[in-house]
Amino acid sequence: MAEATVIESPAAGPGPAAARVPVGHARAWLRFFRSELRQVFLRRRNQMLLGVTALFPILIGVGLRLASHPHGGGGGGGLSFVTQLTGNGIFLSFIALTILLTLVMPVVVAVVAGDSIAGEAGYGTLRYLLAVPAGRTRLLAVKYSVIVVFALAVTFTVTGVALATGAALFPIGPVTLLSGTTVSLAEGILRLVLVSLYVAAAMASLGAIGLAISTLTEHAIGAIAGLAIFVVASEVADQVPQFAVIQPYLPTHWWNSFDALLRAPIDSGTLLKGLLSFAVYLVIFGSFAWARFTTADVTS
Amino acid sequence: MTDVRAGSSGPAGAPGGTAEAARPAAVTGRAASPAASPDAAGPALAVSTTGLTKRFRGGQVAVDHIDLAVPRGSVYGFLGPNGSGKTTTIRMLLGLAFPTSGQAELLGVPMPQGAIQVLPHVGSLIEGPAFYPFLNGRDNLARCDAADRTADPRTAADRINTALDRVGLLAAAGKRYRNYSLGMKQRLAIAAGLLTPRQLIVLDEPTNGLDPQGTREVRGLIREIAADGITVFVSSHLLAEVEQVCSHVGVMRTGRLVFQGPLEELRRTGAARIRIETTDPAVAADVLRKIGLPDPQIAGDEVTAPLTDFSPERICADLVHAGVGVRGLGVVTPSLEELFVGLTGEGFDVDG
Repeated sequence: MAEATVIESPAAGPGPAAARVPVGHARAWLRFFRSELRQVFLRRRNQMLLGVTALFPILIGVGLRLASHPHGGGGGGGLSFVTQLTGNGIFLSFIALTILLTLVMPVVVAVVAGDSIAGEAGYGTLRYLLAVPAGRTRLLAVKYSVIVVFALAVTFTVTGVALATGAALFPIGPVTLLSGTTVSLAEGILRLVLVSLYVAAAMASLGAIGLAISTLTEHAIGAIAGLAIFVVASEVADQVPQFAVIQPYLPTHWWNSFDALLRAPIDSGTLLKGLLSFAVYLVIFGSFAWARFTTADVTS
Repeated sequence: MTDVRAGSSGPAGAPGGTAEAARPAAVTGRAASPAASPDAAGPALAVSTTGLTKRFRGGQVAVDHIDLAVPRGSVYGFLGPNGSGKTTTIRMLLGLAFPTSGQAELLGVPMPQGAIQVLPHVGSLIEGPAFYPFLNGRDNLARCDAADRTADPRTAADRINTALDRVGLLAAAGKRYRNYSLGMKQRLAIAAGLLTPRQLIVLDEPTNGLDPQGTREVRGLIREIAADGITVFVSSHLLAEVEQVCSHVGVMRTGRLVFQGPLEELRRTGAARIRIETTDPAVAADVLRKIGLPDPQIAGDEVTAPLTDFSPERICADLVHAGVGVRGLGVVTPSLEELFVGLTGEGFDVDG
């Protein structure tokens, strides 16, 4: 995004159009970014998606609170954090992330990512944005930046609401990590923030895949469904023992590895593998989206 | 002559940073046109193409080697039936579609390479209006303006109001686009084209789907835009809708440009014919042939033939002299519409 576009009017002479006032490049980019941000976050559909996402941690918290009462020891189940929950409400955040990462969060991200280019094509506004000219690379960069912001918003909505609900329904205090060591509540919350950033990175990487799919169609719903199917297929493959060889390369494989941050010392090896996986998918699909979008005819 | 420069005065960085960077060097010194008048700023042609061709993946040639020459300051009617390649041409001109071969220039800047550089000076309406249904008119224009890196955010509100006012939508600016009538949608799209000062406005079928009142309004807008010295490139499948405002026309038929020039020139291509109403059409045709009129046609009790250089008075005298009963005699000049239909073909003969 470094090209200078300070342009003088082609008719710099006494033509009817005076030379255009140059606008700072970064400022112009930010203006477009803010416009796209408003477009995504003020859209009622997306607000409702965020609202529904916020509802889940509350429901999970209330459910686990009710279930924990009669036995006094927590529902257990297959979730590793549930036993800790009755001792510390902060664990509701990790439980909520684990549950919602399976489908709810990816689908919510898929709606915004799949809609990004395909939605514009569907409305026909893509041709007008390009004729403005928004610039194909610039438009893609702005779209992806907003997807990243949305991924952050979805993740922090889940952890934030879960933390508040957990604090309201369960005791809260020093956090006993998965490795057995106990850290202060402040450090626990710091680790929760890091966990959220890790999960947001996973969602941002998924968003790049969604952006790529979105450049292939002018039907937003097709791109959204395509990405959702992609996620489910990857998760299913991740569960089949016979696929063990390819599992580390699946896009969803490292999503739940955020528990590496809940050990002392932090399991940085796992963490880095996860982040590398997200980066690789981001680069591959980001490049694909760019290559496709900058060379394809816009016929919508 | 051509003075498009990518300024390096901006602190934002050197030009040529991305694939979309403008390439001003390629423009400088390019022969604009032999007809460049000394007082005209910039190239004399607002739009020019050479051998512009678009072949779709299926092999269908939508646009076949067309050479457009749209003089600056003209109102150029780009005419042709639906499916004759007008919209595909416009999409190539605006950098939305990439030509299979041939070159295109807007305001002297090659497209699509120069899109970022030249499109801020070009307003457009492409294949009907398209906006976000969930936003109101003003917010939709604000969105367009935010995407334009050359637009000054400080003047955005004023410019948006001016554009809305110009198309008569100021009162409906707060209404959601979803609730706009077709005419309002069309006018909002034109307003988007007028957000910043332009040198060229491209209007693809601006009267499509409008009622006669709406069509008149659009024509009025075109006149006003042209009066400001802005070149207008307007496509239509109906000659009648634009002939009152056009100074030049280009006529497309199945991907080829079959006529291009001033409207008067098109009018002149229409040869006058003599039309004789008579009781003896066969004899009358003989007389016409004898005095040298080529190829007389008999239809019922009428005989027609190209008038060429003959005077109608003399033909009449000759007919009467030969004893032909002349009931009526007149000279008919084909209407522009008839000439247009002659060029583009009648009705549904657009082949795929």
